[in-house]
Amino acid sequence: MIRFNSVRKTFGAKQVLDGFTLDIPDGQTTVLLGYSGTGKSVALKHIVGLLEPDEGSVEVDGRIVHEMSRGELTAMRASIGYVFQFSALFDSLSVADNISLGLREQRLPEDQIVRRVAASLERVGLADQGTRFPAELSGGMRKRVGIARAIALEPRYILYDEPTTGLDPVTSAVIDELMVRNKRELGVTGVVVTHDMRSAFAVADRIAMLYQGRVHLVGTVDEIRRTEDPLVRQFIEGRP
Amino acid sequence: MTDHLNRIGVAQLGFIRRTGRWAKDAAHAVSLVRTWGPLLALQMRRLGVDSIPIALFLAVFTGIVLALLASYIFTGAVPLYFVGALVAKTVMMELGPVLTGMALAGRVGANIAAELGTMKVTEQVDALETLAVDVHAYLVVPRVFAATLMFPVVTAMAVAVGVVSGWITATSLLDLSTPEFFKGVRQFYHFKDVWFGLLKSASFGAAISLMGALTGLRTQGGAEGVGRSTTRAVVLGCEAILVLDAFWALVLL
Repeated sequence: MIRFNSVRKTFGAKQVLDGFTLDIPDGQTTVLLGYSGTGKSVALKHIVGLLEPDEGSVEVDGRIVHEMSRGELTAMRASIGYVFQFSALFDSLSVADNISLGLREQRLPEDQIVRRVAASLERVGLADQGTRFPAELSGGMRKRVGIARAIALEPRYILYDEPTTGLDPVTSAVIDELMVRNKRELGVTGVVVTHDMRSAFAVADRIAMLYQGRVHLVGTVDEIRRTEDPLVRQFIEGRP
Repeated sequence: MTDHLNRIGVAQLGFIRRTGRWAKDAAHAVSLVRTWGPLLALQMRRLGVDSIPIALFLAVFTGIVLALLASYIFTGAVPLYFVGALVAKTVMMELGPVLTGMALAGRVGANIAAELGTMKVTEQVDALETLAVDVHAYLVVPRVFAATLMFPVVTAMAVAVGVVSGWITATSLLDLSTPEFFKGVRQFYHFKDVWFGLLKSASFGAAISLMGALTGLRTQGGAEGVGRSTTRAVVLGCEAILVLDAFWALVLL
């Protein structure tokens, strides 16, 4: 389970997270929804220790992330897959090497690495693309490689940062389907940051609406669809 | 007054804590040989072997100018075979390492800062961290080790080419024979001249690559930030060369 406890985070004069509190239960996909700049991606980065809270804490499986030792942090990160907004693939490495890098750091046997890379690429529908380089891939393919890199770690959690941003509707639906399959078939707990309502409704078990650095409303997909909360309604309907 | 002293104390403690953490991280990164080891040969080629043409180009013209300059200074005052001494001594101890270092500060320092800066702003560095890869072991250590090992090699080649170009200039443009030129070279040669220059160049390699890597990893703000980091890395690298040059002269001469 991932838990945010009254997290505050400031960048310069800008208070990005302001008492952000949220529980992310295991085995479900929780979507963090909200306007640009409300701290969704910042919250995600706190989970893997890329950022440290100014106040409050983030817990992963009962351990406070910013109090972990180097070894604990490494072990925790190995259990979390992270899919970046712009994929963050390593330009100088082939697709297969991008996926195997994290596995090599875990000192897995070479045959197991090869199997996992092949299985991950198969899962995202890119089985024959292992030798290509990121610059040779389309935006949708890069996103799928990013997901393959995350699932190759066989993680307990996958964090998706704006997974469908910049993609056409059909490719977005493919990514949505992948996220749903990852939860259903691999039992992965998902945290998805997005402002794409169609994607949110397609993948979420729970949706948390962020506003001004804190959680404004949390509910199931049906509860969010039916809510009369003016802020959430405005966001869902895309009214100015 | 007390507040002011407190602030200074807090700042000093912060600096000591940051330095301690940095030293600990660096030691840990160096210990991860399985992470940086496989990358070392590639970086030695990119930072060292690929820098040879520019270093040799500089060395050729340094040798020519030194020979002509020495001849201009010595004619009528000192025996002309001193041209060989001046060319060899200056190229080995000072101009070889420093000019090669300056050229490589531009090429290597900028290359490292731009590459790592781009990786930073495109979240590739964050991606490495989320994959539990030690960023310093993967990105910094192989580059620093490669530059430290390869700068003396490149400098040694530059020194050889500089002396040879000085010799060719002296024998073809000046009234100096080959035996006379090498009489000057031999008469003032000490083995220390060689290792002094190579030791300096190793320290230049370490400083330039470290500046490039650390500046690159601190990049913020997209393409403009990468540009700023690259410029900063080159400036810091050149400054480091001058400071280290003076340091080694004070310590070893």
